Amino acid sequence: MTTIQILGTGCPKCKKLAENAESAAKELGIEYQLVKVTDINQIMSFGIMMTPGLAVNGEVKSVGKVPSVSDIKKLLQ
Amino acid sequence: MASDRCSCQGGTTLVFACSGGADVGEISDRAARLLDERDVGSMYCLAGVGGRVSGIVKSTEAADRVIMIDGCPLDCGRRTLEEASIRGFTHLRVTDLGFTKGDSPPTSDTIECVAQAACAVVGSVCDSPGASGPAQATAPVCVGSQCCGG
Repeated sequence: MTTIQILGTGCPKCKKLAENAESAAKELGIEYQLVKVTDINQIMSFGIMMTPGLAVNGEVKSVGKVPSVSDIKKLLQ
Repeated sequence: MASDRCSCQGGTTLVFACSGGADVGEISDRAARLLDERDVGSMYCLAGVGGRVSGIVKSTEAADRVIMIDGCPLDCGRRTLEEASIRGFTHLRVTDLGFTKGDSPPTSDTIECVAQAACAVVGSVCDSPGASGPAQATAPVCVGSQCCGG
């Protein structure tokens, strides 16, 4: 099970990132759970300075941008 | 990211200091904190880059501007960033500003001077807390190789 975490307070970019991440996971056919981390203290516990952030199994993979579906697929593999 | 607002609009400046054990390392640290207090940039954790903390490395990569203040020519901070493949940052060295390692007490004047130098290099205005305009450094403002500690 891959845990995909979307780090952001809920702005449009965060929502777009969640959409892209979900599409990427589905296209890869992996077993996953998508978790939206919206609490600022929890977000800060990842050490990031910008949102949105994308973490996979607790490791931050991208910060401050919305990667494309194809880019996220690479990050999930 | 000190507040609960959305921080996805860009314009992020991160400030690192070597924070080394020598006096010039302390000056770098306190100058970086001064820049943070004055909203020139957010001081960030060099140890996190060295330790490859993913959130810190990725945030540094994504920052619009990174300022690295080293105390001496060993350039531990610059090397740490480069080892993590961080490129394109602005680098300052306290000893290049006329301060001598081991003979530069970290006074408010020296710290102010280094902070002003950082602001000059990146083209920012260093406001003093409570001041209505740009800070007037008590020591001469240093730019590039110009000495403000000698």
